[in-house]
Amino acid sequence: MEPRPDADERADPPSAGPRRRELPGVCALGRFGLRLNASLGALALFFLQALWRMFHWRQLPEILQQIYFIGAKSASIVALVGFFTGMVLGLQLVYVMNKFGAVGFLGTAVALALIRELGPVLTAIMITARAGSAMAAEIGIQRISEQIDALQTMRIDPLGFLVSPRLAAGLVSFPILTAIFDLIGILGGYVSGVILLGANAGSYLYRIDASVDWADVRGGFLKALVFAAIVITISCFQGFFTHRRTDSHGSKSVSLSTTSAVVLSCVWILIADYVVTSFLL
Amino acid sequence: MEREPLIEFRDVVKRFGERTILDGVSFRIYEGEVTTIIGLSGTGKSVTLKHIIGLLRPDGGEIHYRGTPLGRMNRAQWDAYIGRVSYMFQNNALFDAMTVFENVALPLRRTTRLSRREIESRVMSRIEQTELTEVAHKYPSEISGGMQKRTALARALVTDPQIVLFDEPTTGQDPIRKNAILQMIAEYKQKVGFTAVLISHEIPDVFFISNRVLVLWDKRIVFEGTPEEMASFDHPFREEILRSLESLQEGITGVYSARHFKMRYQTEFGRHGSEETYALLVFSFDNFDEIDRDVGPRAAQETLRALGTYIGKHFGAVGGFTTRQTIREFVTLLPFSDLEEARRILERFAADFQGEGLPQLIAEFRREVPPERCFDFAISVGMAQGKPLIELESVIEFARFDKKPIAAFSCDLRR
Repeated sequence: MEPRPDADERADPPSAGPRRRELPGVCALGRFGLRLNASLGALALFFLQALWRMFHWRQLPEILQQIYFIGAKSASIVALVGFFTGMVLGLQLVYVMNKFGAVGFLGTAVALALIRELGPVLTAIMITARAGSAMAAEIGIQRISEQIDALQTMRIDPLGFLVSPRLAAGLVSFPILTAIFDLIGILGGYVSGVILLGANAGSYLYRIDASVDWADVRGGFLKALVFAAIVITISCFQGFFTHRRTDSHGSKSVSLSTTSAVVLSCVWILIADYVVTSFLL
Repeated sequence: MEREPLIEFRDVVKRFGERTILDGVSFRIYEGEVTTIIGLSGTGKSVTLKHIIGLLRPDGGEIHYRGTPLGRMNRAQWDAYIGRVSYMFQNNALFDAMTVFENVALPLRRTTRLSRREIESRVMSRIEQTELTEVAHKYPSEISGGMQKRTALARALVTDPQIVLFDEPTTGQDPIRKNAILQMIAEYKQKVGFTAVLISHEIPDVFFISNRVLVLWDKRIVFEGTPEEMASFDHPFREEILRSLESLQEGITGVYSARHFKMRYQTEFGRHGSEETYALLVFSFDNFDEIDRDVGPRAAQETLRALGTYIGKHFGAVGGFTTRQTIREFVTLLPFSDLEEARRILERFAADFQGEGLPQLIAEFRREVPPERCFDFAISVGMAQGKPLIELESVIEFARFDKKPIAAFSCDLRR
């Protein structure tokens, strides 16, 4: 039979200081907080550096090219989504307002909902899906094929060459696309509410004119600008640092970066929407 | 007085996670020289090169440029330094959304204030030099791997850099273009006087343009010197070099080029004592001039090629190596053999040659010559014994004095 160790032998060796009791939940929360802090800091620096490099005459051709890609090529899909969003709004609101005898306010409800909220948010989400994912994938591939390293060796600033033109193009395109979304959406509300369900056309247009202030339009544009900064920064950041992913390598990392770019952009659009709205109201 | 190095690595250490790639690497690169880094795959050659251009930073040690540590340069110093350096990537790193022309023009467009016409002229000049004119408007995905390599080379040289880092510039090229690229680097170096650092597996081709060679082995530099000094380099990596030299022996003809022959000779005898001996055979195609003059150079060359193939393969099988010494001569070297052994091998060769080599030669000859025309020819062999201490040329000259015919063909025999 093995000899049993006495009590002293079984005791833990004395530590240098007082023993710390680890709480797994608190540690995990702390780690998450630190990671989030570091990520947000890196994103903010990435955005500021790209913003700073935007103002250079050499960037103009590339900015115009990116406006074509992000703005012009997204216009049709934004218009389509805007039209059907307006139609659905018109449809739902006519039924709801009929119950309260307030169909006359249809124009107000459709226009304000679109200009203040739905226009900027849905436009940003549509551009994320169409252009944000493409940006993350393109820059990610450039990273893993050493094209970004090649830029560095040629004394070409990768951030200025790849990110700044996209950021500038985003800041120009998002408000314009949001305006298109709003206008087409109001038209969609007119089609469903007035033409299909018989609401009064004059009342619809008058209420829009009477209830929409410049402050509403300005707020919508402000949101569009904030969302542009968020979508472009997150998408480019995900692609730019594809090689630093620890969960995958090569083409798989590009795929995951693209997914992360879309998911994170959408989440941060909604979070930012709440924050900006709370300041505007 | 000791020369001041242009770039100097001092005990550079690089780790990726737990893995140490470079462990105390120290070497010097001198201005105006071509320095070649060789080593087995995955030993950190590209990692070393990336430290010079600043794509990687060392975890330990320092890299100096003209005595100034790269890590302690201010922004202006760094910009000035990096403006002088160009890097050709191993996998080319071309922009796939840009054409060949746009790829080459990119550094000029983004970093200079040159006019559009000037940029176009410089870019087209480089494109012509690298034989890419036909594909200038194509995208990298539409051209071959060799063309992509040359596009990367053109891009690396378009800014007229003072230091160029080439990461395997000739990999994937056919032998003609491989030589053209190495020649281009050599010519460009002569013309502009730049400093080049090459990573290459093309041993020994690359040695002919290299002033110095660095051997990276087991995370350290184990040899630093001239290609000639490599002959006395006693290290396991030397076996790798020897194997690569053997692979250079052309599969079809079995004959080395003169350069490869000399390099093989240096590699074989560099580390062995000066008492080692070798036997040297000089094969001569005696009626070459008559055939060349009366039948034409094609017939003469084809016949000679067939002879070279036979000699190269026969003696290659017993450890010898052969080169074409002059227009009508082949030289075969049998390492670590004496004359007696060489004579026995030669007797076997003569018997085999009479039996199957000569009929092959005649068939080759008749393919080029109309049946009504007739010429005699003979093959002679001279033999000598040499030592590494004696000049190879002297041994060849000595063998020429002792020439005896081993095979002959006459028209009478044919008829």
